[in-house]
Amino acid sequence: MSASPAYSEEKGGSSSLGEPEYGHDPASGGIFSSDYKRHDDLKEMLDSNKDSLKLEAMKRIVAMIARGKNASDLFPAVVKNVACKNIEVKKLVYVYLVRYAEEQQDLALLSISTFQRGLKDPNQLIRASALRVLSSIRVPIIVPIMMLAIKEAASDMSPYVRKTAAHAIPKLYSLDSDQKDQLIEVIEKLLADKTTLVAGSVVMAFEEVCPERIDLIHKNYRKLCNLLIDVEEWGQVVIINMLTRYARTQFLSPNQNESLLEENPEKAFYGSDEEDSKDDKLDAASLVKRKPYVMDPDHRLLLRNTKPLLQSRNAAVVMAVAQLYFHLAPKAEVGVIAKALVRLLRSHSEVQWVVLQNVATMSIKRRGMFEPYLKSFYIRSTDPTQIKILKLEVLTNLANETNISTILREFQTYIRSMDKDFVAATIQAIGRCATNIGKVRDTCLNGLVQLLSNRDELVVAESVVVIKKLLQMQPSQHSEIIKHMAKLTDNIQVPMARASILWLIGEYCEHVPKIAPDVLRKMAKSFTGEEDIVKLQVINLAAKLYLTNSKQSKLLTQYVLNLAKYDQNYDIRDRARFIRQLIVPTEKSGALNKYAKKLFLAQKPAPILESSFKDRDHFQLGSLSHLLNAKAVGYQELPDWPDEAPDPSVRNVEVPEWTKCTSREKRKEKVEKPFYSDSEGESGPTESADSEPESVSESESESGSSSSESGSDSGSRGEESGDQSEEEEKKKKKKKKGKEGEEEEEQGKKGKKKKPQHEGKGGSETSWEEGSISESSSSESDSGSEAEESQSEPESKRRTTPPSSKPAPKASRKGTKEISLLDLDDFTPAPPQPASSPAIVSTSLVTDLEGLTLTDASLTPTMLSPVFSTVKTYELLHRMAGEGLSVEYYFNRQPFPPDPHMVAVQIQFSNNTESEVKNLRVSEPKLVSGMRIQEFQEIESLAPGDTANVIMGIDFCDSTQAANFQLCTHSRQFYVSIQPPVGELMAPVFMSENEFKKEQGKLTGMSEITEKLTLPDKCQSDHTIVQRVTAAANVSRVPCGVDNEYRFAAKTVTSGSLVLITLERKEGARAHLTVNSEKMVIGTMLVQDVSQALAQ
Amino acid sequence: MIHSLFLINSSGDIFLEKHWKSVVSRSVCDYFFEAQERATEAENVPPVIPTPHHYLLNVYRHKIFFVAVIQTEVPPLFVIEFLHRVVDTFQDYFGSTNVGDQLPTGQLSVVPWRRTGVKYTNNEAYFDVIEEIDAIIDKSGSTITAEIQGVIDACVKLTGMPDLTLSFMNPRLLDDVSFHPCVRFKRWESERILSFIPPDGNFRLLSYHVSAQNLVAIPVYVKHNISFRDSSSLGRFEITVGPKQTMGKTVEGVMVTSQMPKGVLNMSLTPSQGMHTFDPVTKLLSWDVGKINPQKLPSLKGTMSLQAGTSKPDENPTINLQFKIQQLAISGLKVNRLDMYGEKYKPFKGIKYMTKAGKFQVRT
Repeated sequence: MSASPAYSEEKGGSSSLGEPEYGHDPASGGIFSSDYKRHDDLKEMLDSNKDSLKLEAMKRIVAMIARGKNASDLFPAVVKNVACKNIEVKKLVYVYLVRYAEEQQDLALLSISTFQRGLKDPNQLIRASALRVLSSIRVPIIVPIMMLAIKEAASDMSPYVRKTAAHAIPKLYSLDSDQKDQLIEVIEKLLADKTTLVAGSVVMAFEEVCPERIDLIHKNYRKLCNLLIDVEEWGQVVIINMLTRYARTQFLSPNQNESLLEENPEKAFYGSDEEDSKDDKLDAASLVKRKPYVMDPDHRLLLRNTKPLLQSRNAAVVMAVAQLYFHLAPKAEVGVIAKALVRLLRSHSEVQWVVLQNVATMSIKRRGMFEPYLKSFYIRSTDPTQIKILKLEVLTNLANETNISTILREFQTYIRSMDKDFVAATIQAIGRCATNIGKVRDTCLNGLVQLLSNRDELVVAESVVVIKKLLQMQPSQHSEIIKHMAKLTDNIQVPMARASILWLIGEYCEHVPKIAPDVLRKMAKSFTGEEDIVKLQVINLAAKLYLTNSKQSKLLTQYVLNLAKYDQNYDIRDRARFIRQLIVPTEKSGALNKYAKKLFLAQKPAPILESSFKDRDHFQLGSLSHLLNAKAVGYQELPDWPDEAPDPSVRNVEVPEWTKCTSREKRKEKVEKPFYSDSEGESGPTESADSEPESVSESESESGSSSSESGSDSGSRGEESGDQSEEEEKKKKKKKKGKEGEEEEEQGKKGKKKKPQHEGKGGSETSWEEGSISESSSSESDSGSEAEESQSEPESKRRTTPPSSKPAPKASRKGTKEISLLDLDDFTPAPPQPASSPAIVSTSLVTDLEGLTLTDASLTPTMLSPVFSTVKTYELLHRMAGEGLSVEYYFNRQPFPPDPHMVAVQIQFSNNTESEVKNLRVSEPKLVSGMRIQEFQEIESLAPGDTANVIMGIDFCDSTQAANFQLCTHSRQFYVSIQPPVGELMAPVFMSENEFKKEQGKLTGMSEITEKLTLPDKCQSDHTIVQRVTAAANVSRVPCGVDNEYRFAAKTVTSGSLVLITLERKEGARAHLTVNSEKMVIGTMLVQDVSQALAQ
Repeated sequence: MIHSLFLINSSGDIFLEKHWKSVVSRSVCDYFFEAQERATEAENVPPVIPTPHHYLLNVYRHKIFFVAVIQTEVPPLFVIEFLHRVVDTFQDYFGSTNVGDQLPTGQLSVVPWRRTGVKYTNNEAYFDVIEEIDAIIDKSGSTITAEIQGVIDACVKLTGMPDLTLSFMNPRLLDDVSFHPCVRFKRWESERILSFIPPDGNFRLLSYHVSAQNLVAIPVYVKHNISFRDSSSLGRFEITVGPKQTMGKTVEGVMVTSQMPKGVLNMSLTPSQGMHTFDPVTKLLSWDVGKINPQKLPSLKGTMSLQAGTSKPDENPTINLQFKIQQLAISGLKVNRLDMYGEKYKPFKGIKYMTKAGKFQVRT
């Protein structure tokens, strides 16, 4: 992770490759130059005044390091250049320092002050790189300096520097583990960070320093879940793995009802029909004891938010989600991971290798999951052997009564492969299928016996070994096979196979009474030349024959034992001595040899051929430890589910933050994807602005309907697809014309399209308006369908309320006059209430006031009373929908005294009915978590024709999500929602020019959003510009020394984050609009709103 | 995580090393060399090699082993995927591709995958829909398994911050997809439209998989007659390649390779078209067929000389096939339209389709 920035840093080094003369110094090329001399030369270059020489020298030195050559003697010469002004040289010096500082600690100290200076640099990239190098220098003496630097960087304004601080934590920890407590404090602080940039890195630090401090995660759990999709991919892997462990400690097993079944994998293997009633009773008994299982919503949140990542292009992310689902999801839901894992099988062979091992483990426990993908595991002759063998493992795990015939047919092909290791593994696999599936046992055995006549000895040997295991299951029926195998001893040389045959004959000598002694005779003859394992089995065979058929084999046994007595291997000598004592009765041997027969010829259980992946899932899947089937250093055990769930309230977060207030609702998308949300809002409208008129230009007959249909999403969709196919046909025709022609055609269309936009009243807005309607209505149906799954009745009711209630507020953001466009002209906007906005201050007055307060020069910006010129009203409840009651609201831009974190919303009720409306009140607010509402006082009654004004406070958590609630009267209730334009989420603050500049300097990088725009003719005067900006957002003007610049400042209401707006006019009508704010979402949305306001 | 990285070439030289923490002696690579020796072939070197104090995780590409040294538990795929990305970056940087001169600079941007201030005089966006058919065909010519692995590769050279949407005629085909991080996932979920701000230059927008459960059209067939006789030291070899479900398109770039059994000493073959070679050492037969003319099907006939005295090989060779079909996505996937928002200019747009053989094997 840290490599990529470092990499891009180094890349600069190559930029001046074209440097002409210095590249070839005479000393380095000469054959007589020794290494020593060569370094001398480099030193000279480093000491020179020319940066180009220094750069060339550093390049060569770094190349030496990369090739593993020792360049440590250059340290003094290099370290001098750490303060070099040339950034390219500097970067390479850093690379050198990181490599050699540990070896030359005293000298390295000389460079520290440079880094300390760098840590204070105004440029965030330099601060970050200074910290990166400082923390990579492994010099124990600077530990306190590193600690200090990390602490400071952890509170840096720039998230990038904070990320670097998180990276530095494990480095410091590995240098000095005594710093743990202090580092944990920093981790705790950074865990609370709200940016996606920091999240992955700090969790990594957490995992390396204090993975046991699970308590630090509680408060950040929901935030991490919600940020996850926007975190960079490597961070996602780390977070998902950590959250898997976390969930195992905090939630209950979603499969507790089935856990009894799972404890008995054998049964699961054979399927449900073999369940016996005893277990059922047990099951039932234990179920009674347990409370009915309800999944913790936080558990669900994790599963839901990780699922989309199965579609990541990064195999590590897909694997991380897969293991999370395997370990945490209810059995019924685990299946979703199979498809994604199978997809990874197309990746590089190393990825395949890892994925297949994990699939092998999973397929034992949850076979059904991969069964549909059986064919994806079929083996190609071009697969590397290690992949073939893993696929074979999976195929064997997946075999059951229904698919076994297909699988065996496949195996048949594999047996003829040229890759003999693979053939051997296939034979083993057949053996396993035969033991597991009784139905095919005989078929398999016959097949294997046929292989005994194979020409390849390895194949035969492997078959013998497997047959031996199979025969143990039912020896009596197969004496023919045993006889056949006895004959093989003449030919087969593979020791393991010989040993297996001998064991078989000994074990079942009663079935082959005539052959067995003869085999022993032959073996006695060749005894001295056999391998050790064979010798042991010869002794074994001899002993068994002696016990069953001593008449024929007594002498042979004696002979073998004598040979063994003088064998070179002490194991064999030992065994011979031991067996002689056991089987040959002597005075000394006592009671033991009475039992010799029982000892040797006891019924032995047939070996269970099982997968080497069985029970591997006690390791966290996807981990190195799982792969090695052994605990790796630093492996964190995957805890068992708790019996009782710990207190879930530990995850509640008191301080609402915008990232968190989204936790439960899916509509969070808007906020969560800071970057996407706004551009989605943008692309939506532009899209329909594009596609609608296009249909106009293409088919004239439809032109009339397109505008009226624009409200209904499905209508316009159908139409669109219609003309798409048409267009497709056209395309085909035009193919010959070539792309050039098509391009022109496009241009033409676009040109036509533009026409309607300039026609009529508010022409350009119409298309935008249409767009935003279809956008919001589609987003509503979106949220509606999700509401159905997660929430209950009222939500779906809300969906059925007339569409005007929801899209209207959003659409009307652009001003009241458009409302009439939407609302079929039966609505006349109420005039703004002059009475309720007493503190309208003209902009010029504010400027005057600024002058006065400047003398105070207070450092903390003070809140100002709001400034605004026009009041926009929004509709909360339309007259028609409200059955005569109409409700409008506007943001009065007053502080809301009961709670300074709330936005004041003025609501006006007008009763257009014939009768009195009573008991007007708010009820059942449906708010995303963190959002709060301060309800207005109930209006007891409202006479016909009357209007009433109330103020309510809403804490929007600095997000533009709608606050949904019910508006109740004595007889009815209405579902309504208030969605604030981004400009209303802030309150103006006063600042001096200097303060503004200072604050702006802190909010650069990601916190800065700039857009270029062109100011229309009517928006050229200072007055209009200021008026439009202040109308779009609740900000105050900041004095400015430059003519062509306008500055505004505000603070968000909930968190008090600064929002700074700068509008810089360029020559012509062009202008640059810049918004600086820590809240990137607010910043981007604000840029849009303000530039729209200016462009009108 | 990754402690050190060693680059080892095919002759076993460690030609590059990089250490992120304390220096790990390059002698640690001895464990790797041991494993390499055991594996005999490069492709069988285990990607994870445990040693007493370290774990060596490696990937093999371009005949170079990239060996990462790990000391503690880490998800192996994390390292393997990362190493592959490193290789990709090297390839872009040192390779001849035209994006080589630009490394990502967007680390501070809200669109980290795109550099800022992009400017082109010719604004163009090309999309290649490339599908590969993985299939196993059995002796009798019936399909044992076939699946399609598709990608949409893009080359986008557009000024500024263009916001693109790409829609399909039949998006339902795409039920198993993975995206470049630039694609807005929610939009896809709800509307089946790819909406994204593209990276600059070449990138893979999307990969998709049409699984073995679906019916996949097989565009070629192979007729074969390969027989070894026990008595004689000569074997018969005859294969013919022909088009099957090609949707009227030409099959070109056909290449047949086959690993012959060890017992085959030499082959004497006559192709009706194209060139063929047989390497008696590696026993690899390859036949560069070229285009298939349906009127005159290409064939390769002749005899194999077998080692005298030995009995006939008990396996028949597998035939691997390569081919290309231009202007066809075999799954039927079709791009409906591409739109650009956020910028004023009109880009030049192009979409190309191609079907190729992936791992296409015919068992004989």
